[in-house]
Amino acid sequence: MSILRRPEAVVALVLLAAMVIIGAINPAFWGLDNLFGLLKSNVITGIMALGVLLVMISGGIDVSFPAFAVAAMYLVVRWMADTGYSGVVLPFFVATLIGLVLGAFNAFFIRTFRMIPLIVTLGTASVVRGLLLGLVGTSVVNINRFPPQLIAFGSQDVVDVVHADGTRFGLSAMILVYGAIALLIHLVLRHTMMGRSLYAYGGAPEAASRVGFDTRATVFFAYCTAGALAGFAGLLHSSMIWLANPRDFVGFELDVIAAVVLGGASIFGGRGSVVGTLLGVFLLVMIKNSLILMHVATTWQQVVVGVIIVSSTALTAWRDRKRLA
Amino acid sequence: MAESLIELRHVGKRFAGIKALDDVSLSVRRGEIHCLAGENGSGKSTIIKVMSGVYQPDEGEVLIDGEPVRRLTPADSIARGIQVIYQDLSLFGNLSVAENLAMNGLLKERRRGVRWGEVRRIARTALDRLGIDLPLDADVDTLPTSAKQIVAIARALQAEARLIVMDEPTTALTRNEVDRLLDITRTIQRDGIAVLFVSHKMREMLEISERLTVMRNGRVVVEGPIVDFTEASITRHMTGHDLSHEVYVRPPQDEGVPPRLAVENLTVPGAVEGVNLVLRPGDVVGLSGLIGSGRTELALALFGMRPDHGGTVHIDGKAVRLDGVQSAIRHGVAYVPEDRLSEGLFLTQSVARNMLASSLDRVTRGLTVDRAQATRTSDDMIAAMQISTRSGATLVGHLSGGNQQRVVIARWLMTQARILILNGPTVGVDVGSKAEIHRIIRDLAVRKGLAVLMISDDVPELLQHCNSIILMHRGRFVDRFDGGTASEDTISAVLKTLR
Repeated sequence: MSILRRPEAVVALVLLAAMVIIGAINPAFWGLDNLFGLLKSNVITGIMALGVLLVMISGGIDVSFPAFAVAAMYLVVRWMADTGYSGVVLPFFVATLIGLVLGAFNAFFIRTFRMIPLIVTLGTASVVRGLLLGLVGTSVVNINRFPPQLIAFGSQDVVDVVHADGTRFGLSAMILVYGAIALLIHLVLRHTMMGRSLYAYGGAPEAASRVGFDTRATVFFAYCTAGALAGFAGLLHSSMIWLANPRDFVGFELDVIAAVVLGGASIFGGRGSVVGTLLGVFLLVMIKNSLILMHVATTWQQVVVGVIIVSSTALTAWRDRKRLA
Repeated sequence: MAESLIELRHVGKRFAGIKALDDVSLSVRRGEIHCLAGENGSGKSTIIKVMSGVYQPDEGEVLIDGEPVRRLTPADSIARGIQVIYQDLSLFGNLSVAENLAMNGLLKERRRGVRWGEVRRIARTALDRLGIDLPLDADVDTLPTSAKQIVAIARALQAEARLIVMDEPTTALTRNEVDRLLDITRTIQRDGIAVLFVSHKMREMLEISERLTVMRNGRVVVEGPIVDFTEASITRHMTGHDLSHEVYVRPPQDEGVPPRLAVENLTVPGAVEGVNLVLRPGDVVGLSGLIGSGRTELALALFGMRPDHGGTVHIDGKAVRLDGVQSAIRHGVAYVPEDRLSEGLFLTQSVARNMLASSLDRVTRGLTVDRAQATRTSDDMIAAMQISTRSGATLVGHLSGGNQQRVVIARWLMTQARILILNGPTVGVDVGSKAEIHRIIRDLAVRKGLAVLMISDDVPELLQHCNSIILMHRGRFVDRFDGGTASEDTISAVLKTLR
């Protein structure tokens, strides 16, 4: 297959075209501060999208990860604020673990009862959000109580630039975290049998078990990783905005799924790549950002996300059907 | 060392009290090509699943290399060199040819990582073994069925198979592709690998196999070297009776009656270039020609699905305009499509609902369906068509191919059809059901004065069951034969010149 026929190439071309257009309308787009800001906005959506990518390749769908992200974030931040724990590694480890365990519930129901992933994850999302608000609390942890070491971690920059007027801005170091996770997921998908089992299972579940894949492990891997990445991203998100709101991430699943589909993953399973997802996330975040810059109301941004989901899903569905014909 | 690679001795298997296998003994010798024949539902699939360890027999024993095996699991079966190629091939369409070929080996070695150079090397070796070249990086979905099959065979060989079981491998293949498959089968055999060919097609069985086992109703009826069999004897063993070879003769015509269907100068843009066709009551006219000859478009036009057609159509002497399926049905035209599964049936719905789908208005009272009458009507039709189903409530998906085909025909009879168009009426139907379907069609033509247009590639089928045969090529009728008097060779010869 030639480079140009790869789905990633199409997304990249669309992305380039969009950048040129947006840059022409608003030259401030090409400013370093805007580009740095854009990259930073990629991090949370991107990390969650990588999790959803695994689930979608396996032929499933996950809408519960924002709830898991909130649960992991809020539980860990409340615990740190209440006990005064001062560390960074353990909180992130715990948040990831919380997400992973919740993801295991998804996998368990989907696998054991052969349930439809959409219904299962809608249900678990509702349960987790309800339990969090009902049992743990509804109050926002503000900057005055927010663990300072998380703030310090979340505000690190890799590059520092000084404006002509003396103000400083930088490129968030969190982009490195995102990059590392993306590389890891890419290696898993391309170069491990577990990664290939996701593709095999997503393409032909029956055949995957016939050739001898442990498909139960495959399903657990997909949903647990999606949960773990969501938990991790949840805590990282609060570290970057310096507050923990138990009602955060409402409606976020649509943005993330839109980004993954935009990146060329098939809703029927079996297709999708990390490179495509990174591009899809960048494209979606950039469009939403530019709408803000152009003072488009948030309600209209929802319309745009919806249109992106429908049109890119239609495109990939059409592509997959053409392959079959 | 024992001569048999795998042997079943007095194997029995029940499902919910019904005997699927009854005292079956079968042995496949090393390196032989063995054919397992039988109609749908005769127990062939159950035997495959016993050999592959998917089912445990209730009675009897399985021997591999002469030793009895207790509780054969799928993993054991593969480890002992038995590979099954199922009808769906079990390939990964979304993955490359190379990966499909290498995957089994990597899994067997319990690898965790994947090195793509190695994957390609394994794949190349696998294809070289068959002397075949396929694009290694292409997704399997993009290949034609015959190439997919080759990938499946190469993959089985790669797993160090000693016996390859092929389940109905030729169903979706053209004649040339079947020849290539048979060649490949011989190549495999030269490497000392045994092949169990599961089929109900005479030609392949007689051509490829060395030994033959015929099954009927869960029992082995006969077993022996292929030279002991002829096409007729195999059919007799499979169905349990001799099939009629009586040629169809149209009942005498009443000259005063206008023809059922008279078509003048019919055109369909890009497909049919002006044809004239007359069907009288009791006519069974065969229509053949290569794919793309326009025969399907002609049928679709008559069924109102090509409203862009030109020319005039008279039904029972009345000029009609067939500009939609509704109007075609109203005028008494019925169409049984080529692919009954995708086009003609609602597999997850009951037999009764499927039969009534086009004639619900006949069993409605006011705005609602009269259930009692619907049941009565459908039960009558089930009896008339001799559909073997427990009741009208059984899902069509659970019936055999022949019975499904009867359900489609029944549906159209319920619409009071006077003209019946059959497109490939017996594709994928086993011999017994095939004969039964033809008997019903002939009976309808004679007794009810139905006019039938039968599109088929099966020349012997047309010769036996049509009173007239038309060959179509590039949108025109190019030749015409009388059923019964023409010979298969003449028609085949003409078909060959039409390339």
